[in-house]
Amino acid sequence: MKRSSILFALVTLALLSYAFYQGMFVAPTEATMGDVQRIFYYHLPHAWVAFLLFFTNFLASIWYLIRRSERSDALALASAEVGVVFCSVVLVTGPLWARPVWGIWWTWDARLTSTLVLWLIYVSYLVLRRFVTGGQTQVLAAALAIFGFIDVPIVYLSIRYFRTQHPQPVIGGGEGSGLDPRMWIAVLWNLAGFLALAVLLVRLRYSLALAENALEEAHASRALAPQQAEGGPAADPALKLGDKSR
Amino acid sequence: MTVMAVARRSLAKDLRLEWRAKDAVNSMLFFALLVVVIFSFSFDPTAEESRRIAGGLVWVAFLFAAVVALNQTWARELRNQVLDAYRVSPAPAVSLFLAKAVGNFILVGVLELLMTPLFVVFYNLRSVGPVYQLLLIAALGTWALVVNGTFFAAISIRTRSREIMLPLILFPISIPALLAMVDATTMVLTGEASPRFWLQLLAVYDVVFTTVCLALFETVINAE
Repeated sequence: MKRSSILFALVTLALLSYAFYQGMFVAPTEATMGDVQRIFYYHLPHAWVAFLLFFTNFLASIWYLIRRSERSDALALASAEVGVVFCSVVLVTGPLWARPVWGIWWTWDARLTSTLVLWLIYVSYLVLRRFVTGGQTQVLAAALAIFGFIDVPIVYLSIRYFRTQHPQPVIGGGEGSGLDPRMWIAVLWNLAGFLALAVLLVRLRYSLALAENALEEAHASRALAPQQAEGGPAADPALKLGDKSR
Repeated sequence: MTVMAVARRSLAKDLRLEWRAKDAVNSMLFFALLVVVIFSFSFDPTAEESRRIAGGLVWVAFLFAAVVALNQTWARELRNQVLDAYRVSPAPAVSLFLAKAVGNFILVGVLELLMTPLFVVFYNLRSVGPVYQLLLIAALGTWALVVNGTFFAAISIRTRSREIMLPLILFPISIPALLAMVDATTMVLTGEASPRFWLQLLAVYDVVFTTVCLALFETVINAE
């Protein structure tokens, strides 16, 4: 487990380095925007990976409600946390790109606003997870995750209508139609790199969540132990933690 | 007893209690009044401007006031373990949810009826578009807030600092509904466009989330 993680991390690093090379040196400079456009190779892959992670969170939450498996809850938590990080990167790189190209940091355009609302929904999911008392976190979080994901298409629909209704402050400036094939290659390498990074992070967070659960259980049964039997060191459940979390 | 019969009894009990104590209505009304007063001297708009901003102001005031009522939805059932008793009884959980949601709908509806004249007076409002559409927006929009609000209140009672938790989880999910309510209201008040799309969106939102709430409520209320 540990060794495979390290191996995977190395592969991820290699992918990301190659993707950096592709995006920064191989892909041609964009005609009107210049080098600033290269942030696109980070912006777009992060957005796609974030959506993928939120979808994973949705599926894992449904699966948790059906099977009540601790593992799918850990996956839901891990994918939501990493998804929020990726979504934050999208929301930071977007304005960085927009400022030199559109002349403004932020516009309430359909995609920007939808991404922001998406981010808000999943932050509220993480906040809820922090605040639930008692052992009900998993069920309540899974329910909220389902609400959140169902809300996404409605958010998108409403904001798109809202924005086409009203005049847009800034039009165009996006990458438009037809990317240079070398740009596509850079996009795909970066997508592969960041997807691998996301998988790596989710995996680490997932096993951390499982280890935390095991630790909590061990504490709980240790607290109960003296009443059941005079717990000698051999009966100490915390000692079993090592093989449980692996 | 059927689902509806249980829901009716439960609703009647809640309304009777509310009628006697008037806790939720009084606190909501006073809260909304404060919001209206503070808004009206922080903006001080002309009649033309107020038509443009009233949709936003009205709904923000109602939303905040509704949270006050929603937070109290389950508080009464926690005392003396009423909720636990309900869970072990054979009564369907869905009826309890329906009763609470309809009860909140009535409370918030009463609030809106009482506060609207005040808004009209303070902001010197006169609608250019047809007023009956506002009623439709209010009905669909209030249900959209209240159905999810009732459900999320059942989640937030299991958290630390529960009063703060409810808006934190309710507002992000309600953004499309709020957008629809605010923009549709502005469209009617200014008479610039037909709110048809927003009414459809609110109807879809209501149907979708009512279904999800009914489907998941039993799971949430029995969560251990």
